Amino acid sequence: MKQFWKHVEKRPMSRMERRRTITGYLFMTPFLVLFITFTLIPIFVAMGLSLTNYNLIQKPGFVGLTNYMNLILEDDVFLTSLKNTLIFAVLTGPAGYIASFAMAWLITLMKKGRGAFALAFYAPSLTSGVAMSTIWLIIFSGDRNGYLNSFLLRLGVIIEPILWTKDAAYLKWVIVIISVWMSMGTGFLVFLAGLQNIDPALYEAARVDGMKSRFQELRYITLPMMKPQLLFGAVNSVVSAFAIFDVATSVAGMPSPNYAAHTIVAHLYDYAFIRMNMGYASSVAMILFIMTFVIGRICFYIFKSED
Amino acid sequence: MYSIIVQTVTGKKKWKKVKFSHALLVAGMVTLVCFTALPMVAMICRAFMPLDELYIYPPRIIVRKPTFSNFADLLNSLNASDVPFTRYIFNSLMTTGVTVFFSIFVSCAGAYGLAKFKPRGSATIFAVITAALMFSSYVTQIPNYLIVNELGLVNSYWALILPKIAVAYNFFLVKQFAEQLPDSILEAARIDGAKELYTFWHVAMPLLKPAWSTLAVFSFVSNWNDYFSALVYINKDAMKTLPLALQTLAGGAGVVARSGSVGAATLLTTLPTIIIFCIMRGKVMQTMTYSGIKS
Repeated sequence: MKQFWKHVEKRPMSRMERRRTITGYLFMTPFLVLFITFTLIPIFVAMGLSLTNYNLIQKPGFVGLTNYMNLILEDDVFLTSLKNTLIFAVLTGPAGYIASFAMAWLITLMKKGRGAFALAFYAPSLTSGVAMSTIWLIIFSGDRNGYLNSFLLRLGVIIEPILWTKDAAYLKWVIVIISVWMSMGTGFLVFLAGLQNIDPALYEAARVDGMKSRFQELRYITLPMMKPQLLFGAVNSVVSAFAIFDVATSVAGMPSPNYAAHTIVAHLYDYAFIRMNMGYASSVAMILFIMTFVIGRICFYIFKSED
Repeated sequence: MYSIIVQTVTGKKKWKKVKFSHALLVAGMVTLVCFTALPMVAMICRAFMPLDELYIYPPRIIVRKPTFSNFADLLNSLNASDVPFTRYIFNSLMTTGVTVFFSIFVSCAGAYGLAKFKPRGSATIFAVITAALMFSSYVTQIPNYLIVNELGLVNSYWALILPKIAVAYNFFLVKQFAEQLPDSILEAARIDGAKELYTFWHVAMPLLKPAWSTLAVFSFVSNWNDYFSALVYINKDAMKTLPLALQTLAGGAGVVARSGSVGAATLLTTLPTIIIFCIMRGKVMQTMTYSGIKS
């Protein structure tokens, strides 16, 4: 928090500066009003609600850390959702991030067909998870008519069709594959733009100095130059990797078989908008908030720009 | 590395230069693109498949005899029941369009004010907005619901619009872009006696076009695909947006009914975002160049 206050100046303003400040704030007012109402205040309200037993009907009563204690000590379904979310995030976040970067890097090295490759690669992240789930449900359909089952049956890899979306053991992997598919593009455009913006003279100079391979270029020029973009991409992919919900519920249903696809957001939705237990659900939201925020901060530390 | 291979296709002499690792890279890239493209191809083909092809064994990915009958079924069959499918398309277009419009205006004005006037406290405000990039909207969903509920907006278009206008991500994008606008042009307009609002609208906004075109694309994509907000705020059938309506139509997980209509509806839900992205691609790339975070 300290950094937020270090910018606050105490010296008096000149007339020019006062005018500038007033005009600047007038321009910012519409955004700030909505941002404060629907993002900033809600964060603190959610924090406050997580310490109550609010259920929309009765007045909220203060219960201290009871919600958090229950979540961690009593609620096995929450622990399952936490475990699933972490598995999904660890598998899909880095996979999507690395694939995005690799693809952006390879595309900039291409001479022809950049646009087509870029579109083919980026299109999945433009689609609605709910809409695409209708196709995934056919690909992973449990009968012989599913694309994957029919393919594997004809190949002779399996003898019986597999119940991909009903069997908890497979379901998890199905969700991971779909989430990876959807997350491929998260940082892609940022990386592509960043790569195209690196001064070619840098590479020339390095070549004169005896840099031999593209991988050396990548290691010593490209990656260090792209830190700001890498950070932006990382923050976005952390946030979206922890927020898997649409795909999981529309493919696996809610509740999913054996809670195999139950995520933190699904748990939040369940308690907040089905059971109307706003206090308890807020503590779930807070745990999601703390996780992405802390990891986001770690990303800031890793991709620190030196200047 | 990859360029060497591209050259070899045209100049035969260079075949020797192709190394194993290069071939592997290309193979990897093609596999990756197949993985991303195959479900899209299947999705597009299924929308045009006649019923006999949809239920054939072994299942087909590529359509043989394309037909528009699925779209006709989708638009007609539901007319008879309660809510026509066109209503859902309208709901989605309406809420997404209005959200994008306000989001552009509010984010551009705000980012311009912050980047070009640098008012006292602007660094703090920007730090807070950057911090807001680090959590998803799910975190604030409960308080937002309480606010929307208190305002009596549940089951209205405003419930899907108001909370999603001021998005940190949008503000951040425009602000990074606005930072590199030359002050001299704005200064020149002011010296000519232009009012601040005039300068913003007639000088700054045209210069910010790549930024707000990009914002329009991202905002359109995320709002068009937004399922959670509609799930939370809407429980009247006639107010549902496309993702929610499509889910009802498909019957949720495990139901394989009305395959034809569902295929058509899926395509109608998916296509607009892709078209908009294709149209705006150049502008998007111009903006993303400035999108990095310097920590």
